[in-house]
Amino acid sequence: MSNQTSNERNGVDHTLITGVRLADGTRADLYLAGGLLADPAGATDDAVRVDGDGLLALPGLVDLHTHLRQPGREDAETVATGTEAAARGGYTAVFAMANTNPVTDTAEAAEHLVDIAAREAHAQVQPIGAVSKGLHGEELAELGLMARSRAAVKVFSDDGKCVDDARLMRRALEYVRAFDGVVAQHAQDPRLAGPDACCHEGEVSGRLGLPGWPSVAESSVVARDVQLARHTRSRLHVCHVSSAETVEVLRWAKGLGVQVTAEVTPHHLLLTTDELTGYDPTYKVNPPLRPAEDVHAVREALADGTIDIVATDHAPHARHDKEHAFGEAAFGMLGLETALAVVIETMVNNELIDWSRLVSAMSTLPARIGGLTRQGGGLTVGAPANVVLVDPTRRRTVARDDSRSLSRNNPYHGRDLPDPVVSTWWQGRRTYSA
Amino acid sequence: MRHLLSAADLDRDEVTAILDQAEEMSQVQSRPVKKLPALRGRTVVNLFFEDSTRTRSSFELAGKWLSADVINVSAKGSSVSKGESLRDTVQTIAAMGVDALVIRHHASGAPLQTTQWIDAHVVNAGDGTHEHPTQSLLDAFTMRRHFRSLGDDSFVGKRVLIVGDITHSRVARSNVLLLQTLGAEVTLVAPPTLLPSGVGSWPVSVNTDFDAALPTADVVMMLRVQKERMSGGYFPTPREYTVGYGLTRDRLATMPEHAVICHPGPMNRGLEISADAADGAASRILDQVAAGVAVRMSVLYQLLGGDEDK
Amino acid sequence: MDPTDHGVDPGTPGHEGRVVLNEAEISRAVTRMAHQILEADHDAALVLLGIPTRGVPLAHRLATAMEQADGRTVPVGALDITLYRDDLREQPTRPVGRTVLPTGIDGATVILVDDVLYSGRTIRAALDALGDLGRPRAVRLAVLVDRGHRELPIRADHVGKNLPTSSTETVRVRLAETDDVTEVRISKGDHA
Repeated sequence: MSNQTSNERNGVDHTLITGVRLADGTRADLYLAGGLLADPAGATDDAVRVDGDGLLALPGLVDLHTHLRQPGREDAETVATGTEAAARGGYTAVFAMANTNPVTDTAEAAEHLVDIAAREAHAQVQPIGAVSKGLHGEELAELGLMARSRAAVKVFSDDGKCVDDARLMRRALEYVRAFDGVVAQHAQDPRLAGPDACCHEGEVSGRLGLPGWPSVAESSVVARDVQLARHTRSRLHVCHVSSAETVEVLRWAKGLGVQVTAEVTPHHLLLTTDELTGYDPTYKVNPPLRPAEDVHAVREALADGTIDIVATDHAPHARHDKEHAFGEAAFGMLGLETALAVVIETMVNNELIDWSRLVSAMSTLPARIGGLTRQGGGLTVGAPANVVLVDPTRRRTVARDDSRSLSRNNPYHGRDLPDPVVSTWWQGRRTYSA
Repeated sequence: MRHLLSAADLDRDEVTAILDQAEEMSQVQSRPVKKLPALRGRTVVNLFFEDSTRTRSSFELAGKWLSADVINVSAKGSSVSKGESLRDTVQTIAAMGVDALVIRHHASGAPLQTTQWIDAHVVNAGDGTHEHPTQSLLDAFTMRRHFRSLGDDSFVGKRVLIVGDITHSRVARSNVLLLQTLGAEVTLVAPPTLLPSGVGSWPVSVNTDFDAALPTADVVMMLRVQKERMSGGYFPTPREYTVGYGLTRDRLATMPEHAVICHPGPMNRGLEISADAADGAASRILDQVAAGVAVRMSVLYQLLGGDEDK
Repeated sequence: MDPTDHGVDPGTPGHEGRVVLNEAEISRAVTRMAHQILEADHDAALVLLGIPTRGVPLAHRLATAMEQADGRTVPVGALDITLYRDDLREQPTRPVGRTVLPTGIDGATVILVDDVLYSGRTIRAALDALGDLGRPRAVRLAVLVDRGHRELPIRADHVGKNLPTSSTETVRVRLAETDDVTEVRISKGDHA
């Protein structure tokens, strides 16, 4: 599939997409010119025409939580391959978590990532900065320098690890207020959920003899953090909400007016802890897959806005890091290429949300929380030309080898799911075509 | 039978056949020529990722007395630290042309995962805190001999207490499954912190009061409790554990006359089991050890003696 | 399933074919063999070992007959040869039968007892099993029926009836101790 049309190769990137439906149900034509959406009436004759009849056009999706593995583990994923996978999933921007090697805890590291992306990325890459130096959870990283750098870091997270020191969390929340930053917490109490814990602690783990951790290890940290956010009048973002208990805490906190936002991953919308009975490490993830009651709770929360957005937590792993005994395998699942499919299947097809809510959950709000001005702006004239063309009716049986990612830890292999993304344009340049 | 991964793999007839066969094979232990030719030419590898002199020697003797070629591979020091995946480790061994892998691993599920990567038969010799099926078979063998001595070798309705750190015990899980298959009634006895999550859905009764459960027991199986569990906050001190859940001399006196005591070993004398209980007339602990080789011979023969594809 | 496979149909009660030995004839044959054994090894310490399944009740019948003939009590046991079979790998795992040695066999004259002698492989396995159990002074073989078609150099010392057969025929021995009737029946067709 060529990513460039002939007139793009000539330096002209004019594309006219005709007859699409938008998320609000109206029909429209979209004209992509000069990296922006322009008035279709001004479409030139040599513009590439794309027939959008029967298709939906959505603003390019924005992922607030991705692991690109570069620098450090380029065998598992690179900026290039990760953003190719993103484009295939309909994403035009990804936020790259800081737990690379070396950790993104300085302005230099963040700018280094931006420079790689400028050369090789197929979507906008916005670095996330670490909260603490080296992710050690002891001292603040140079949050201000990272914010001032060319990377313009706004989101800070030690994801992979929890900022469990209450005092450090307080300082971080206070500090980022100066530049409207946000602290994104991986909520997992390290004492309640120790280093051996590899799954949800419950009936399945008891039977399988796997050490697990209970939901309260997540909700108790969120309960503390929302109160710190209230006290500091700062913005808090809760990563990968996995449990009903955490949803209850978020409802309470939002009712009080706390500035907290939250995300849920596609896998937590679909998969339960029952997947573990074969001890397949593909299903090993942090936070773990939980029982059906929790899956229902997070779906409802995403529908009513208690959980604001969907974020993939795309976590590629080389095969040799997964092909271990379950308790010893690496944590994480792929997610960029299948995210939209899973959200359509679990939320739209179940009539829990409509397309407008999907757009806010997967494009508008992630961009707003992360402070991206050139993303998530909707499909209005003058907005950057970040568009994804979607066929909500098309389906496929997921094949793990059919992937742009370097890794293969796909939890949906063999499953029948929608295959919605037809084409993706980032700043008017087509980055994916089915 | 292709693999023995879980006690739940066996139905009642299969368990009975394995135990009957073990009775026959146990005679070999007292013969001058401790050899049966049934597995001649078969190769068995004991692949132990976790130390265990007792279980490993038991499997080694079992294989050798059946004339198989047996080698021991110690893969201790996890493959993770050597940079080799579990898959690579087992495929490398299997590629040498083995008929059966007997695997002990510190992580639950490893033997099951292994069956997806190799063709050889796999015997679970203990995986993490998940299962130890041959242990439950030798426990059942020992119990059955005792029941026979009382004139009734049926397990149906017999009351078995399993006492101790159930959460971390693969012996407990396998025994619960096997005893259920045989029709026995199992009661788990432990402090609340050592009962597994979801135990309410297991086919057992649960009691946190050892003294209440003891007077009606036919078999009392004591589990080893690791002192290291104290650092996880599971119980405050060894002496508190012993007072609440140890098979002390006093408790021995309240056991029914006909009841017997089992322990998978190694024992913490004075912690979960008193010397009186371990060495007294009701103890069947040494019988369990003796049963291990015969039961494992029976299992190896069951898997490798014939050709299940014919 | 009957672990001793002589080409004898294991368990389906059928009435095909013809009876070659009825109950009375079997009884007379056993008595005659008992006398022969006593005469051949009158000085020896004898042990009768029946090969399961039907070799065992036959061994007990021989012991009874020897007691009646001579007043001699000969110990009787069972020798299961399943684990010594040369065809273990060709079938799903066979269950192991009971081996009971009533006494040590070192220095004794062991009389192996089986119902039918056919290829000789069962007896070869029995000799190997005996070798691992001890060192008899001598081993004799007593069979109720010798149907020919030896595949190994094995012969019986004492035979109840010589029965030439074709390999397409089936010889079935039934004894009251294990079956519903006592007779030896031969029928056409390979039930093995």
